Amino acid sequence: MTILDLSSLVLLGSFAAGVLGALTGLGGGVVIVPLLTLVFGVDIRYAIGASLVSVIATSSGAAAAYVKEGFSNIRIGMFLEMATTLGALFGAAIAGMLPTGAIAVLFGAVLLYSAYLSSRPHDNRADDSAPDPLATRLELDGAYPTANGLRAYHVHAVPTGFSLMMAAGTLSGLLGIGSGAVKVLAMDRAMHIPFKVSTTTSNFMIGVTAAASAGVYLSRGYIDPGLAMPVMLGVLCGSLLGSRILVTARGRLLRVIFAAVIFVLGIEMIYNGFTGRL
Amino acid sequence: MAGSKQGWSDQQIDDIIGNLLRTGVVLSAFVVLLGGTLYLIHHGLDLPSYRVFHGEPTDLCSIRGIMREALAFHAEGGIQLGLLMLVATPILRVAFTVVAFALQRDKTYVIVTLTVLGILIFSLAGAGR
Repeated sequence: MTILDLSSLVLLGSFAAGVLGALTGLGGGVVIVPLLTLVFGVDIRYAIGASLVSVIATSSGAAAAYVKEGFSNIRIGMFLEMATTLGALFGAAIAGMLPTGAIAVLFGAVLLYSAYLSSRPHDNRADDSAPDPLATRLELDGAYPTANGLRAYHVHAVPTGFSLMMAAGTLSGLLGIGSGAVKVLAMDRAMHIPFKVSTTTSNFMIGVTAAASAGVYLSRGYIDPGLAMPVMLGVLCGSLLGSRILVTARGRLLRVIFAAVIFVLGIEMIYNGFTGRL
Repeated sequence: MAGSKQGWSDQQIDDIIGNLLRTGVVLSAFVVLLGGTLYLIHHGLDLPSYRVFHGEPTDLCSIRGIMREALAFHAEGGIQLGLLMLVATPILRVAFTVVAFALQRDKTYVIVTLTVLGILIFSLAGAGR
């Protein structure tokens, strides 16, 4: 197989990952590393470098559309980015010390968790709770547009959310993914941020988080231009197309299928990590 | 609407950021595509060697080296330059937000965004050598 063949196949695979990632809201980055390592036999370090780059591309591309809709909360995003960028630096730093098998196992665990999370519906509870003093002082509370006009929301459990975000950042820096699953756990479950606000704000933060570890990966030689090129272009085009389809298509079945794929990939990553093949 | 003393409103900031991100992504994708085409013309028939990790040549691991390679119209340098522009896009976004919060006289958030910007610059400084 020549570079041209491999590039074409990787481009196609990344494009499909981008479409599915955007359609299901799970992000394409999460399947790029398994695709490159398990299917194309790429070393996991190159795979993580290429995935990280594609994560920045999709985040920035999608955020450009999201911010204008008025769902994302720039203060929540910026405040939590302190946690995610610090975590990302830390994650990228320890990535160089861990054996690749351990990284593969951890990656598999995150995949399993993502699959589990996406199989559960998110609760869209109404928020009538009292404001949290810390959140108020940090001006985190906000409002988002609904069919019946603006709806206000209060943010809770700021320290818990902040710590979870640091963990999300570490995973992102360690594995070259957006770690949307952990971010949802922090913002949705812990901080009680409305789903639409938390997903768009998290998407917004992913690019900044990934940029924090990109410098480390670049100087360590993990980012190979020949491999990163088809991955970045494929995922970017795929996710742009996927986010356009989102408006019309019902993604329930697709979500289940994609979650199943992620689950299988997770098992495979863990198995190959333990047997030392990755 | 907020007067000029208070700077932009949050919605205006969002709009500017949206345009900034879109421009950054499109520009960097274009540069990557250009470098990638050149790369495939030169190396398309070579055999890939991603199975074993050997790290990138030092010229493709630092900002200075990448600039040098890109200015010499080397394909790999061109792709790396596009990727660098991509990484720079969210950093520019944060830098812009510092200014926006400063114009709003929101001291807390000027400090918050400056912290994030500091971490990002610290990370890239490692590649700056």
